[in-house]
Amino acid sequence: MSTDQVIHLEKVNKWYDDFHVLKDIDLIVNKGQKIVICGPSGSGKSTMIRCINRLEAHQKGTIVVHGTELTNDLKNIDLIRKNVGMVFQQFNLFPHLSVLDNISLAPIWVKKMPKNEAEDIAMSYLEKVKIPEQAKKFPGQLSGGQQQRVAIARSLAMNPDIMLFDEPTSALDPEMIKEVLDVMIQLAEEGMTMLVVTHEMGFAKTVADQMIFMDEGRIVEQASPDEFFNNPKSDRTKLFLSQILNH
Amino acid sequence: MSSTTIEIISRSKYYNWLVKNLFSSWVNTILTVIALIFVYQVGSFFLNWAIFDADFRYNFQGELIIDRGFCSKNIMPGEYGACWAIIFARWNQFMYGLYPIEEAWRVNLIYALLPLAIIGILFDKIPFRRYFIYFTFIFPFLAYFMLYGGPGLSVVGTNKWGGLLVTLFLGVTGIGLAFPLSILLALGRRSKMPIIKSLCVVFIEFIRGVPLITLLFTANVMLPLFLPDGVNPDNLLRALVAVTLFQSAYMAEAIRGGLQAIPRGQVEAAQSLGLSYWQTTRKIVLPQALKIAIPPIVNTCIGLFKDTSLVLIIGLFDLLGIGRAALADMTWTKLYYEVYVFISLVFFIFCFGMSRYSLYLEKKLKTDNS
Repeated sequence: MSTDQVIHLEKVNKWYDDFHVLKDIDLIVNKGQKIVICGPSGSGKSTMIRCINRLEAHQKGTIVVHGTELTNDLKNIDLIRKNVGMVFQQFNLFPHLSVLDNISLAPIWVKKMPKNEAEDIAMSYLEKVKIPEQAKKFPGQLSGGQQQRVAIARSLAMNPDIMLFDEPTSALDPEMIKEVLDVMIQLAEEGMTMLVVTHEMGFAKTVADQMIFMDEGRIVEQASPDEFFNNPKSDRTKLFLSQILNH
Repeated sequence: MSSTTIEIISRSKYYNWLVKNLFSSWVNTILTVIALIFVYQVGSFFLNWAIFDADFRYNFQGELIIDRGFCSKNIMPGEYGACWAIIFARWNQFMYGLYPIEEAWRVNLIYALLPLAIIGILFDKIPFRRYFIYFTFIFPFLAYFMLYGGPGLSVVGTNKWGGLLVTLFLGVTGIGLAFPLSILLALGRRSKMPIIKSLCVVFIEFIRGVPLITLLFTANVMLPLFLPDGVNPDNLLRALVAVTLFQSAYMAEAIRGGLQAIPRGQVEAAQSLGLSYWQTTRKIVLPQALKIAIPPIVNTCIGLFKDTSLVLIIGLFDLLGIGRAALADMTWTKLYYEVYVFISLVFFIFCFGMSRYSLYLEKKLKTDNS
């Protein structure tokens, strides 16, 4: 196993009752890689990345993150979650806490960091996502784009090596998508390992070094962006790309 | 603007309100008039009976009322209203039961400190709140020591407690103990661990499926069977156990409603940040769930406070029990209205207070940025 390998999925299978969501998923992610995952809804792409930090449990196969295998062992799950950040489609900010408290909560409680130190870190990440002036506000007072940037800052404050993005711009108004993507591009440039479920193909072309197309619980195609967009192999990928690129 | 124009504007505002809300159509006008007549009739009858034509300590001849024979309404039937002298004569019993009167200052002290003990929980923006909260945690021990006695204070057995003391003791302690228990039950009912979950479901459903009176009887008769020989908890404690269990089952369901309203994403976000189950529960889920559950929680509290009057059935003298004892006394018998109106008024004050507090909280939380 190469030392660069940070995520390794092998023959991962998952069922929701009778519904087979993930079928024999194999995936290797190396340090610093940016992988964009696309596919029609219900294809299992969100489920796959949610398995990586155990928000969903897989039933067959192995998932290894940073050399730690995901099992029911809570210690392993905690270890992995500390190093894997996640950004959700619905932001999932904590509405009863201020922006600053949203970000400093996990450093204080999980990393046992002193409060003022955690708040300094929170402020530095708010500056990074370019909204330090919103620190004292509550999530409900921010626009969708601002909320998603806070959510990214909240994740980054735990200093993860891997970031998972689950359709981070799908719930945003069009004029706010760019501000979120800009932050993500910046993050990519800094060398973060990223797995991004998105339909923003412009973003994918700029950032991705691997494209994955999923359908009906399988990885149908995995290729470099160049090959993926210009010369897709499977008909299913071609059809999908023609549908999302032609409007 | 001159003061007369302000006056005219405000008067016309008032006038407009009246026309719009009370006299907008002829049906509305008729209803308004009927309602006004009704309110006037009932209101004037009650006020005359309760205040203007009523006796307090002295009757219409200026004599101190020492038994029902002195009541003006019994001297001149049909001419006079209520005879409140029974409340004055029995005041100490209504407040303390059979608590020795030379020790009643201990109860008064606790009555006086009770608001200080709960103010820190009820309001979050008072000065020195931290110290009020400290006091809240000391208060139960202080209250136990003061009321029951101990080193330096004579022991007053709970069989001597009565009236408002028993009502408040059961109400406040019952709610205070049931609250943490109900949070655990509500969390347990949503737990993924099958044994804990089924225990909580069975407990909640069993308690909710049984009338409080049954529980009170059960606690009274059965509790000693579960305890080692010689340990014989007193009646008040048995009632407290029953009341607490009853309340916690209902409150747990109110809290569960709040828990269910929290989107799954909240828990997932907390988990993805590495927070443990208890950290997620304490920092993310409960603050939001309890906020949502406040109206139903207060609702169950009001219900419980009134239900404490059922303990008279197992021989405890709460406010209602003391009232009935007063009525059983030959010197005061038949003054039903006075006694029941007084007891209702006391219950109403506490329950109305809780209801207003719940409204205040709802309003405050709505404006509290979320």
